[in-house]
Amino acid sequence: MSAAHDDHHHGPAKGLSRWFYTTNHKDIGSLYLWFSFAMFLLGGTFAMVIRAELFQPGLQLVEPSFFNQMTTMHGLIMVFGAVMPAFVGLANWLIPMMIGAPDMALPRLNNWSFWLLPFAFLMLTSTLFMDAGAPNFGWTFYAPLSTTYAPETVTFFIFAVHIMGASSIMGSINIIATILNMRAPGMTLMKMPLFVWTWLITAYLLIAVMPVLAGVVTMMLFDVHFGTSFFSAAGGGDPILFQHVFWFFGHPEVYIMILPGFGIVSAIIPTFARKRLFGYDSMVYATASIAFLSFIVWAHHMFTVGMPIAGELFFMYATMLIAVPTGVKVFNWVATMFRGSMTFETPMLFAIAFVVLFTMGGFTGLMLAITPADFQYHDTYFVVAHFHYVLVPGSIFSIMAAAYYWLPKWTGHMYDERLGKLHFWMSFIGVNVLFFPQHFLGLAGMPRRVPDYALQFADFNWISSIGGFLFGASQLILLVVVIKCIKGGKKATAQVWEGAQGLEWTLESPAPYHTFTTPPDPKLIHDQ
Amino acid sequence: MASAGSHETYYVPEQTKLPIYASIGLILTVFGLGSVLNNIKASEGTTFSTLIAIAGFLLLAFILFQWFSIVIRENHAGMNSDQLKRSYVWGMAWFIFSEVMFFAAFFGALFYVRNFAVPWLGGEGGKGATGEFLWPEFQAVWPLIENPSNAVFTPPHEAMDVKEWTPGFFAAYLPFWNTLILLTSSVTVHFAHTALKAENRRGLIQWLSVTVALGVLFLVFQVIEYTEAYGHYGLTLDSGIYGSTFFLLTGFHGFHVTLGTFILSVMLARSIKGHFKPDDHFGFEAASWYWHFVDVVWVGLFFFVYLL
Repeated sequence: MSAAHDDHHHGPAKGLSRWFYTTNHKDIGSLYLWFSFAMFLLGGTFAMVIRAELFQPGLQLVEPSFFNQMTTMHGLIMVFGAVMPAFVGLANWLIPMMIGAPDMALPRLNNWSFWLLPFAFLMLTSTLFMDAGAPNFGWTFYAPLSTTYAPETVTFFIFAVHIMGASSIMGSINIIATILNMRAPGMTLMKMPLFVWTWLITAYLLIAVMPVLAGVVTMMLFDVHFGTSFFSAAGGGDPILFQHVFWFFGHPEVYIMILPGFGIVSAIIPTFARKRLFGYDSMVYATASIAFLSFIVWAHHMFTVGMPIAGELFFMYATMLIAVPTGVKVFNWVATMFRGSMTFETPMLFAIAFVVLFTMGGFTGLMLAITPADFQYHDTYFVVAHFHYVLVPGSIFSIMAAAYYWLPKWTGHMYDERLGKLHFWMSFIGVNVLFFPQHFLGLAGMPRRVPDYALQFADFNWISSIGGFLFGASQLILLVVVIKCIKGGKKATAQVWEGAQGLEWTLESPAPYHTFTTPPDPKLIHDQ
Repeated sequence: MASAGSHETYYVPEQTKLPIYASIGLILTVFGLGSVLNNIKASEGTTFSTLIAIAGFLLLAFILFQWFSIVIRENHAGMNSDQLKRSYVWGMAWFIFSEVMFFAAFFGALFYVRNFAVPWLGGEGGKGATGEFLWPEFQAVWPLIENPSNAVFTPPHEAMDVKEWTPGFFAAYLPFWNTLILLTSSVTVHFAHTALKAENRRGLIQWLSVTVALGVLFLVFQVIEYTEAYGHYGLTLDSGIYGSTFFLLTGFHGFHVTLGTFILSVMLARSIKGHFKPDDHFGFEAASWYWHFVDVVWVGLFFFVYLL
């Protein structure tokens, strides 16, 4: 048993087994981040297929059925394989260092949460090579497309979702236990960095809704294989029931994919504005309000299914209410920058772009919340533009900002600032050229999930595809930056950024394998 | 060793092979199971897929057994600080919350079907046009003895609801007895806990045995009920939405009772081996929380599936 104890003092194990058997939060964080990056490139490849097919009107490259498989797999892989694991990876790396804990609360469970994912995605992507083809019913897998009319690979899709859900629930339990139980003495709740706060609330959302997702795919499984009639009106069920249960999961899910991003931006903007975050308390309360509201707005995804008018009105007003706490956040970020001594290193560029472009995605969200207007926008490219604005320059920019911001702490080297800025500007231009024209396409009536379209949509689709290729290619720069940074570069100091605050910056760079085996000096913990 | 048990150091386990093998076991289980289901649907042989599923499940079960053994050994070796034990407490509490939400999805489906889908199919209210256009003959009566389309989904001839509100009926009503059994078992597991805290090992073992026996009895009654439903009532998984909600809600609950009974039997074995101390028995406590949770879900089921 003494070996276990001595473990605190030596470094990582040698060889490949380190990565399979590790219980170290930093190792597991890196695994999550690399896995997420791989999935980002895979899902991105599928997106390139989609944009290549839509480059011109007519059917050029792929069969319509394969196109549907691409849209489905692109969505599933980006949501469950890229964005969510990236945030969990950041949580693993950062939360213990931010709250002064020696590791995550349940290190072995932590390893399990990660290692479930590669297998789940292996099973999901293997359906592409099966005779029946991959799932083709969209990432929202509405019944009866996903039940009565589904390819037989839907069974593997269902079990893959179960396992991803199990992974998320275990990861979230670990994060909550870590935050509630492992804070260093003096780290009171209202002294926690916002990234920790937003993850605490995100983890709560995950535990609340991932089981509901498991429930809905279980109902699908039984409808497909055991003759139940949950989603079949002939037996007294209702296909709309699927949408209600799915979106009861799905709406909190979209906040799961943005709240940790809010936390990241709230860490980066004060550093490069060299001011304290404006309105810390209100940020915490706004995050909690958004989480609460996320449970009572789900049916705004289904305004056109024929709900009673009272339902349409309730979900419209409740949805618009979300603009209030979100507005509080945007105001606070802008107020933090106001009269700050700002510099524009790559993380700050991504963070500012986040504030501007996420807000734009938020505004189109408000437009979509208006029930009568949504009758027009529903299932058009306007919706595609809206959620890609909140997810790409929103969630994904925040993840990239985090990667640049904390890379020196992880690797001990400064990244290549010139390449970083190149990556930012190409991504920034690419993402706008890619998604901005899609607003116009949607308003003009182009439906989503189509492999071909009417001629009047040709110009904007052509522009959008060019933007897509630019954005896709620029992500390879990030890969180069990260590899270069791991291999070498200017030595990073412990502080790294002049204006950075928080416990992780009191550790040397790269952060030692085991940190805070004894709690940090309470004097290092500052008011927010 | 002394410092590992103190409050200053949180025990971070060294490398472990358990999780990755558990992942492999789990993925083989579900891949095998999925293949079995697809094979059956395509009328193909299932031998190979079944073997994969069984191999995966055995691997998973073996690994989980190892995993729990290691955790128990570490605790006995005094490596778990009070803080680490609190992590387990939080972990179990949030796990139970996730289970609550899993059942909430099915209760929600039942609520939606009874209050919206079925009445609309019966032609009620502003959305009643659905029923008028699709199946104008269909009457919205719960439980559904006639389905909207009896041709597609053969309806049951009898439901599991309360036929008459008389003592005579309830005396022969299995769900009623199952409610009493589970409520009693919640009390007996509490008595076991009290005995454990009072260092009364005989009491602990006796009360825990009674609890396990009650769990088994519940399951026996449920098997009788299901046999009755399939054999005499024509109430099956594919007999329409009443059967769908009935079997998935009671079935997943029954699955949880099975798991809970198994966990309690493990706790019984551990009690006999003398694993628990009055101030250190979280394994037992977690099992009893789980049991109380299963009990509460049943009370919800009894009201919403059987009585109302």
